[in-house]
Amino acid sequence: MCTVCGCGEGHVHSHDHDHDHDHDHDHHHDHDHPHGYDRDPHDHGHDHHHEHAEGGDLHYGKGPAGAHVPGLSQARMVKIEQDILGYNNRYADQNRAAFAEASILALNLVSSPGSGKTTLLCRTATDLKDRLPVAVIEGDQQTSFDADRIRSTGVPAIQVNTGKGCHLDAHMVGHALESLALPEQSVLFIENVGNLVCPAGFDLGEAAKVVILSVTEGEDKPLKYPDMFAAARLMILNKVDLLPHLSFDVERCVAFARKVNPNIELIKLSATSGEGLEDWYGWINARRQEQIKTRVAALEAQLAAARKGLEG
Amino acid sequence: MHEMSLTEGIIRVLEEQAASQGFAKVKTVWVEIGDLSTVDADSLAFCFEAIRNSSPVAAEARMEIVRLPGQAWCMDCAKPVKISQRYDSCPLCGGESLQMTGGDEMRIKELEVE
Repeated sequence: MCTVCGCGEGHVHSHDHDHDHDHDHDHHHDHDHPHGYDRDPHDHGHDHHHEHAEGGDLHYGKGPAGAHVPGLSQARMVKIEQDILGYNNRYADQNRAAFAEASILALNLVSSPGSGKTTLLCRTATDLKDRLPVAVIEGDQQTSFDADRIRSTGVPAIQVNTGKGCHLDAHMVGHALESLALPEQSVLFIENVGNLVCPAGFDLGEAAKVVILSVTEGEDKPLKYPDMFAAARLMILNKVDLLPHLSFDVERCVAFARKVNPNIELIKLSATSGEGLEDWYGWINARRQEQIKTRVAALEAQLAAARKGLEG
Repeated sequence: MHEMSLTEGIIRVLEEQAASQGFAKVKTVWVEIGDLSTVDADSLAFCFEAIRNSSPVAAEARMEIVRLPGQAWCMDCAKPVKISQRYDSCPLCGGESLQMTGGDEMRIKELEVE
């Protein structure tokens, strides 16, 4: 296969070298051979046009002039203005629409490894599962240890192994949703890969990112990883039962977080001692109410529009 | 290495554009990267060099990165100011009441194609 345009072996390369025109661009052939033509030993140190047979699906006649005039460069500019994360964002929008339709509150939990995310989630799942439908998507590079831990609480969980990836993306979450078959008005916790860098940039369609920082980590993490703290709506300060044994300055940490994100909300808790957990559950409940209210408003608008059809 | 998955995203966009706009290869791709975005511009350029050969459309493409400065609105000064970090104080009054207004862009702006 031709490595230049991907067309099949059968195509014709007619090497019409047009030396008599100017190219307004650099065209570096700094590799051994640019055409995947092993049997063609000569070196190209210059620009040239390829013309392919019909089967190769490459037609210079599709240039702006509608015809390929030898000697006239077909180069043109295409304005596209596309977000680099556009591909991810399209899937995220699909997820968000699916969540909205079923009034599902999705929370994207992000933190460093070892902040106690899974322990907090196990505790949360255990405490909330009788109050409302809960499910978990677990993201890790490898193993299903975390999903196993969640499942042992009796809450459905799906493990997504990212392999070499350092974050979950919206496409992976979309697939996980298919297999979870969540009931309406569920709360879905998405436990992202333990990483304070990349997950900040990837929208999964969640209602909010929740960043978990434990007091056994540095209080300056909000400044060291500002993107994540800027992207999060809520910061959970975990393991506060250990504060008496540490020199962690809570006020300083919160000030750092607010410097990066003045609107960030804060809950201090300990998944082990249970301190602060009711604040967390209250926060989840408030977000879930918001999600359901938005859905009710959308349905009412739809109903009003349908009723209009009965008038007159 | 999330720059690698971003780069794969860029190449996917180039391939989609090639199919929809009827061109065979990209010669130059201009990418706008804000100083406050979640991507390292040098690393992005490195990744692009490393994997562009995987795509016939992108194989010969050169990436031009346009850096965009971090910008914020200082509510105390009521003026736009430049910042280099999300947590910067206002360079004019030293205050903290800044709202970021730009610099987190990650956008494929324009292509030179043939």
